[in-house]
This record gives sequence, C-alpha cells and structure tokens, in this order.
Amino acid sequence: MRPIKLMGHERSLTQVKFNKEGDLIFSVAKDSSASIWYSSNGERLGTLEGHMGTIWSIDVDSNTTLAATGSADMTIKLWQVSNGECVYTFDMPTPVRRIAFSPDNKKLLAVTDQVMGQIGTITVLNINNQELSNQSSEPALIIKTREDAKKVTIAGWSDNGEYIIAGHEDGYISKYNGKTGEFIQTVQAHGIHNEEKVLAVTDIQFAPEDKSYFITASKDKCSTLIDVESFEILKVYKADAPMNTAAITSVKDFVILGGGQEARNVTTTAESQGKFEARFYHKIFIDEIGRVKGHFGPLNTIAVHPEGTGYASGGEDGFIRLHFFDKSYFDFEFDAERTERAIAAGAT
Amino acid sequence: MAPNGTTQNGIDEDIDYSDLEEKYQVQFDEGFDNVVVVDGVPVIDPSKAEKLLARISKEFSKKGAPVKPDDMFIPWDEQTGKSKGFIFVEFKNADDAAYAISAVHGHPFDSKHRFSLNRFTDIERYANLDETYVDPEPEPFVQKEHLRAFLADPQGRDQYLTYRGDEVEIHWHGKPSQSEVAYKRTNWTDLYASWSPLGTYLASLHRPGVRLWGGPSWSGVQRFAHPLVRLIDFSPNENYLATWSHDPIVVPEGAQQGPQYFSPEDEGNNIAVWDIKTGNLLRTFPSAYPEGEDGAKKQQMQWPALKWSPDDKYVARVTPAQQISVYELPGMGLVDKKSIKIEGVVDFEWCPLGDKDKEEDLKIATGKSNKKPRENMLAYWTPEVANQPARVTLLQFPSRAILRQKNLFNVSECKLYWQNQGDFLCVKVDRHTKTKKSIFCNLEIFMVREKDYPVEVVELKDTVTDFSWEPKGERFAIVSTSDPNYGNPAPGITIKTDVSFYGLERSKGNFKLLRTLPGRTSNTIRWSPKGRHVVLGTVGSTSKSELEFWDLDFNNDDISKREVHKDESGNGIQHLGTGDHYAVTDVEWDPSGRYLATSASAWRHTIENGYAIWDFRGQEIEKQILDRFKQLLWRPRPPTLLTKEQQRQIRRNLKEYSRQFDEEDAAEESNISAELIAQRKRLVDEWNAWRLRCKEEMGPERVRGPAAKLEQEDEDKEEIEVWVDEVIEQIEEEVAE
Repeated sequence: MRPIKLMGHERSLTQVKFNKEGDLIFSVAKDSSASIWYSSNGERLGTLEGHMGTIWSIDVDSNTTLAATGSADMTIKLWQVSNGECVYTFDMPTPVRRIAFSPDNKKLLAVTDQVMGQIGTITVLNINNQELSNQSSEPALIIKTREDAKKVTIAGWSDNGEYIIAGHEDGYISKYNGKTGEFIQTVQAHGIHNEEKVLAVTDIQFAPEDKSYFITASKDKCSTLIDVESFEILKVYKADAPMNTAAITSVKDFVILGGGQEARNVTTTAESQGKFEARFYHKIFIDEIGRVKGHFGPLNTIAVHPEGTGYASGGEDGFIRLHFFDKSYFDFEFDAERTERAIAAGAT
Repeated sequence: MAPNGTTQNGIDEDIDYSDLEEKYQVQFDEGFDNVVVVDGVPVIDPSKAEKLLARISKEFSKKGAPVKPDDMFIPWDEQTGKSKGFIFVEFKNADDAAYAISAVHGHPFDSKHRFSLNRFTDIERYANLDETYVDPEPEPFVQKEHLRAFLADPQGRDQYLTYRGDEVEIHWHGKPSQSEVAYKRTNWTDLYASWSPLGTYLASLHRPGVRLWGGPSWSGVQRFAHPLVRLIDFSPNENYLATWSHDPIVVPEGAQQGPQYFSPEDEGNNIAVWDIKTGNLLRTFPSAYPEGEDGAKKQQMQWPALKWSPDDKYVARVTPAQQISVYELPGMGLVDKKSIKIEGVVDFEWCPLGDKDKEEDLKIATGKSNKKPRENMLAYWTPEVANQPARVTLLQFPSRAILRQKNLFNVSECKLYWQNQGDFLCVKVDRHTKTKKSIFCNLEIFMVREKDYPVEVVELKDTVTDFSWEPKGERFAIVSTSDPNYGNPAPGITIKTDVSFYGLERSKGNFKLLRTLPGRTSNTIRWSPKGRHVVLGTVGSTSKSELEFWDLDFNNDDISKREVHKDESGNGIQHLGTGDHYAVTDVEWDPSGRYLATSASAWRHTIENGYAIWDFRGQEIEKQILDRFKQLLWRPRPPTLLTKEQQRQIRRNLKEYSRQFDEEDAAEESNISAELIAQRKRLVDEWNAWRLRCKEEMGPERVRGPAAKLEQEDEDKEEIEVWVDEVIEQIEEEVAE
C-alpha cells in the first residue's frame, strides 16, 4: 500500500474530508487556507483563501456544490466548490471548532468555542441552497452548553438530521433533538475504561452505511462505538496514546484510529516511540489488526473513502497521506467471518 | 456568627456526656493494692513490737522504700500471745507498694529471717485458687500452607511480580496461553516488594515494619515491627532478615514488649536482625557510615551493611578503617568475643559456597562423611596507608588464618567479585599513574580452588565500568571505556564502551581474551543464571536503549559434550539478536535462564513506563506499557533437588521430552483457536442481531429511504461520455511509387 503524500499545507492538519463520491478531498490546516485535491492522483484542484486564522473544520454538502469552513477567526465561510469563490461569511461570537452539514444540506451546525467569557454553543444555521450568496445570518437554533456539562468539543448530525450528537470535554456524549435542540440524554463514554485524567472527546464520525451508530475518539487513549438510538456503548477500542480521530470503514468491518503522543511532548521522544500510526481495529472483535506508519507527528484527522477503498490521514506534521487499500486488505478475513460468509452463501 | 448564648447552653444540656465522663473519671484507690504482706518476720513478744517495727522501718528505708512504724500492723496469735511471723505494711499508694516489693523481696533481715513480700490482694487470690489441675486445651493443629507450592506447578512455570501504582500482581509466566495473573492485591506494599533469595517469601515494606507473605493464598507469614523501615536484606538460606531504617529506633512509653519488639536498649540504632521463623528480634546495631564524621550523611551508606556467610552461620559487618566484626547466628554474640582488627579495612566479601561445597556439607551433616567441615572464607582489602602498600587478603574464619595476601601499588579503588561457585575471586583494581592523572585497571584473579591460591593478573589500559562472572563458569565479561566523557555525566551523552569476554585457559592456567566487541554503548552485563548466554544492555541512557543477546557456546550445540571440553578459543561467541526497549532501567533474567525481563520504572523517570519479556534469542514475547509501573521481579527458585545423575538423565532424554511438549502445544493450540473462533462467532452473531434490530426499529420508510433515494438518483443520473481525441503528431509521408 503505497500512499500518496499530499504536501500543500504549511502547518498541521485539522480536518480532512471526502465528498460523497470520494473523488475530491477537502482539507484544512492551521495555515488558514483550505485545499481541495483529486483523490485519484493527489493533484491539488485549488485552494480556498480568505480566512484570517486557523481553520478548524471543513465540510462539503452531499451535492459537492457548497463547502463550509469554520475558523479561529470567528467566521464561517461558505464556498462554491465549482469555482472556489467565497459566497457568504457568517460572523460568530467565538472561534468555530467544528461544522457539519445536515444530511439534507439545509442546515449547518457549528460548535463555537467557550472562550472570551462566551458560553460554548452548538449553533445551527439555515442554508439557502438556491441563492448561495443570500443567506440569513440569524441562527436557526442555538444549543447552549448545559450548566451541568462541560464545554462541547465536537458535534455531528445523526441520520436525517434527527439528532445532534455532541462530545464534551469531560468525556461525556450528549444527544439533542436535531430540530428543537432539546436535550435528550447523555452518557459517559470516556474516562471509565482506564484511569486517564484528560478525557476530551476529539472526534465523532458516523457509520457510513446508515448513521445509526458512531465512533468517538478521546484523549483518554480509548475510542468507543455508540448506538444512536439506545445510546449504549457497544464497543471500546483501547490504544496506548491519546487518540485524536476515529473513523469507521465501509466494506470491511474495521475502524481506524489515529493519534499519538501529545504534540508538545513529541520532542522528548524518539520517532518510533511517538505512536504516530493509524491503527486498524476489527469493529466487532475489537482486536487490533494492524498499523500504518508514515507520519512523524500525531495524527489529527482521518477520513475514510465513501466506497471503503482507501483513507486519508492528516497529521501534526503538515502532511496528508492518502492510502488506497491493497487486495490483501479486502481478502483478509477472520476465521469467524469466513464461516459466517460461507453460511450466508449457503443460505442463498 | 454564633447564635446567642442561651441556645448554646440549650445544646449543651442536651448532649449526653456520660460516655466521656466515664472515660475520664479519676479512679480512686479503693482496694488493698497499697497493702503488702511481709513474711519471714521474727516471731516476737508484744514487748518487743516497737523495737522490731523501728528496725523493719529502717531496713525498708535503706532499700529506698520508707515506711513509718505507724503504717505497720502486727497480727497477734491470741493463744500463744506471740506474733504470727508476718506483718502488714500499708504504703501511700500501689506504686510505692510495687516498688517496695521489688526492692525488699528476698532481703535478709538477719541470719535466720528473710523477708518475702507479697501484695495483700495476691495472697487472697492465690488462697482462692482452684487447686485441681485442668489440662490446658491443646491448640488445634492448623495445617499451614506449603510455602513452596509454586514449585509444584504442573506446567513448571516461573512467577514474576509486578508493582504498578498501588497494585502488586503475581504473574505466571509460560507460553502465551499459560501466562496469567496468579494473584493481585492493591496496597500490598507501601515502599516496594522483595522476594527472599530462594523465592519462599515475599516481603512488603510498610510504615510499621516488614511483612512476609507466602503460600498459594498469599497469607501473612511473619511480621517484623521496625517502624519506617527502608531497606531489607535476607540471609542466603532465608533464616534471618536484616532491616534498616533511616530513623533511629525509638521505643515510646507503653510500647509492646516481648522478644519480637524493640526494647529500650535498642533505642538510637538503625539496623535490626531478625529470625524469620520465630519473628524474634536478635540484635540491633547503629548504622556504620563510611569514614568522615561530617560528611557521613552525604556519603552513601553501604547496603547490605551486614554480610551473611553463605551457610547462615555468621553475619559480619565492617567498621571502616578499623575492624570486621563477625557475629554467630542466631545468638548474635561476637565470635571469640573480639573483632578482627584490620587497620584501614574498606570492604570485604564472604566466599560463596559452590554446589560441591553444599553437597559436602550435607554429607558431613548427615554423617556420611567424616571430613572436617570446610571453614568459611572471606576476602577484604585495605588501601595504602602510611608506607604500607594496599593489600587484598583471603582469610579463613573462624580460625582467622590468613590464606593469601597480595600487595598492590598505586591503588585508588578496589572491588571484590566472587564467582558464584567460590572458584575464583576477581579483584578489580583501579590504579592511577604516578601523576594521578589517569586511571587504568588491573584484574587480579585469585584461583581459590588451587594450591597456594595463585593470582592471575589481567592488565587493561582502559577504565573498567562493569565486571561480571559467568555463573558456574570460568569466563567473565567486562565493560571498559576510554571515552573522555566518562565520569562527567551530561544529558544526551552516551558513553562509548568496549565489551570483552575472557576465559580460563586450562592448559596454561591463565585468563585469555576471547573476544572484544568495540564501539558499543552497553554499560550493563547480565549473564543468564545458567551461564552461556549473556545480554549486554544500555541502561539509564536517554538516547540509547539497545539490548544485545549473545551466545558464548554457539558451536557446541550438544549439551552433553559441552561439559567435557569447553570451547576455549572464543570462536563460539555468536550474536543472537538485538532488541530495543526504550528508556529501559532494569534488566533481569528469569531463574531458568530462558527469558529476560526489561522494565522502565517510574522510580527513575516517567517516560514509557512498563516492561517487556524477551526470550534468550532476543525475540520480544510480550510488551506492556503501563503508567506508574515501578517494579518487576522474577521469583527466585531454590536449587534443584535432583542429583547430578538425574539431571544428566534428563539432558540425555531431552529429545523425548521436547516431543511430548510439542504434542501438548499442538493440542492446546487447536483447543485455544477453537475457543477463540467460538467467541468471535458469538460476537459476530450478536452484532448481526443488533444490526437487524436496528433496521427494524428504524422502520420501513427509513430503510427504504436511502434505497429510494438511490433509485431516484439512478434516474437522475445522466451519462456523459466524453471522447478525447488528442492528436500528438501528424506526419505526412510521401510514398514514392
């Protein structure tokens, strides 16, 4: 598996995303410009220039017409993907940590940071898909951080935009009604599997098949798989370093975790000791299957190709590594899976 | 803020103080505790009463227990009119009475009379005593656990202990399928844990003292009350234990008394010696700091401060520059009531007992041999003092005969290394040149088993930083360095070293260099306890952490032959493998010499704490990264009970055994994988069931949702076919007809 190294960012990556078809990769980094790449060969299609600070998050709608970026300069910008023009800018009270389009593209959620005396929120904006430059600056919904909870670090939409799932700084995961913003339930997903003290939830990604469950990553060196409806923790994947990102693969029943020793401690250890590898775990058996080396800093973000043929990882080292799986990846089967498949084949 | 007074009073009244009142109530003497009966008083007429009382009063005063004649009462026999030969004496209080009893009891009054004093209450009690003898209830016999039950493990596994955070775990170590946690307990120890030298006991250190544990259930076996104990040291045969605390012993008032506790005589001492089986305190000592009273605290104390003779008969300690004091065990009396006076003595070591010596001792003990028991031997060295050269001396004990003495010159430091069978003694002599600017090294090797104790000298140009004998062997390894940075530790600098192997040349009787491995960073030599294999490690460095696994008899594969003629050429020295354990702090072989454990302890640093286990070829078998990991200790094994003949038998049949083991392995493997497959199957089934339930719950419309959307999309999809016709080059050619 020979990776394509995408070298375009000058500083550490914050998020990478595939569009729905998987032909484009959207990436943002701390260097204030977003990039769009062809996934087939790693050529850069273009950059989105305009932000004044670190861009924390990027998302693209399901038609690949609009891209949105959330930045530390306290704005959200909407971009037309076809020509790379900024069509609208929302001003937010604080830096924007994470943004996500709702599955129907009509809404955009934004996690605003809890700084400068402002309370952290999940703000939902209406998106006008007809007239791109004519957006209403008034948020449709603001979910403030509950008084009994710590600040929200990450959020995302469940299937059909029914729920908003949010991860907190203290390892809790909360569920809100996606239309009314009403709080439904919360569960402590991190800090209960070991004795780690730093528990912030760093990533939430939904199952590619139907978004009915999701994976979380946390600084507590664990990752969990949670059912959206029952909000039960289904699986726990344990690593030996703080995890920054986690993704669920389609086609194969795997999950990919990424992270590594904290960036500020990196200078004190050898490269081989930093654990800067993408880790593959079996989704159901929770066994670690393998690791992919390459980055020389912690992995900040991982995105899986929608068709499950590859993945892209972005690291603190400023590089994106785009991998397409070899045949052996698809051939690999656990004994139990093989019998399962044999039975299924026999039944049909 | 306080509420007004009345309410407070109100509260006061409500509280029931009866318990406190009861507790602090002053006890008045109500009984006859202050009355003493004095027996053995002359029988007298009433006329002499006054005189007698005055005399008795005087006698009592002499002994420091003054009584007035008024406080004495003479009972009279009404029939004879004479006294009854005893009197009552009333003292001010019970304490005075007790003192009088201890002081005057047994005091001869005159040639015929001797006072015997008893408490009045005692007389009453003894008078009422039940005279019939009742057999004491025999304590029911409680079967104690076998302390060495771990040796009877059917799979023959070794154990090791890990200490992490507050948790101590005992692990079984075998094949991956057999490795498991045998026992664990939180807060088992407060400082660290330690095995006894034969693996029978596990010692834990706590504020109040040391506890020993053992048996399959790890129940407490013994305890030694030495408050704030820091260091412990077992005797080689696990009969005795020495403990040390930085804080001098203090015996507070009302402390428990008995043979297991400190008494006021022990106050101010730091070192205590205990009998392990009874738990009794044998003796205490003050710590002996190396010379220099002012700098005493700064200089590191030597530990073990007490050195046990290998047969547990004696324990000795050195008073630097003065003497070696040897005490016999368990009485702890100074042998022959005098120390061995040696001017300037710095350090000494007992000669260990070899396997043959132990057999011999056993024969003598069981009466099978009438040879004279071998005497113990110790070696000590003295530095150059006042026109006298430095000296290494071999001394027999208890006869105190000097066996061999060797003079040395220009010595700055000596270190004594006994080979573990007591065959050789190597004295590593750090010598300085005349200008005292540079240091080089001599190895003076005493052949202890040979007549007249010949000394072989190996001269080296470099500084030797580590020396190690091959256990049960005739080879040794040294780490030497000529790195200018040696002695000036700086962060990030790893000292370059050379590692050399030497072996005894039987024919010539000298030690020959077998091989040198130049340009290493290794600073630690760890021989396998069975010899032959050795690991060179770079320990305590921030940048290097290499482990090299070497085999010194690689060419001699046949084990039975190897014993006959050992390879003396060094051709068999073979590198087996290299490992790397980042930030390693400790390297230790298991007792069987098959596995090596390396650990990174949180006591040294906090990076990548944890441990790894390797096989002797340098293959990593297990690695655990654990925060706050502190300690890994293999459980030692006592020497084998098999005779030489039986061991040889096993070696001969090794192939047969290995075939059996292979069969067992194969059977187990298929078993395990079947279990694992079943477990995975269950997981897959669970998952599939859950997915199915999910889909049902989501309702048909949702399930149809994406599919419907997909269909729609399919309809929407327009196929665009683009033909790209690129003309690269057009060449017109004229074809001549």
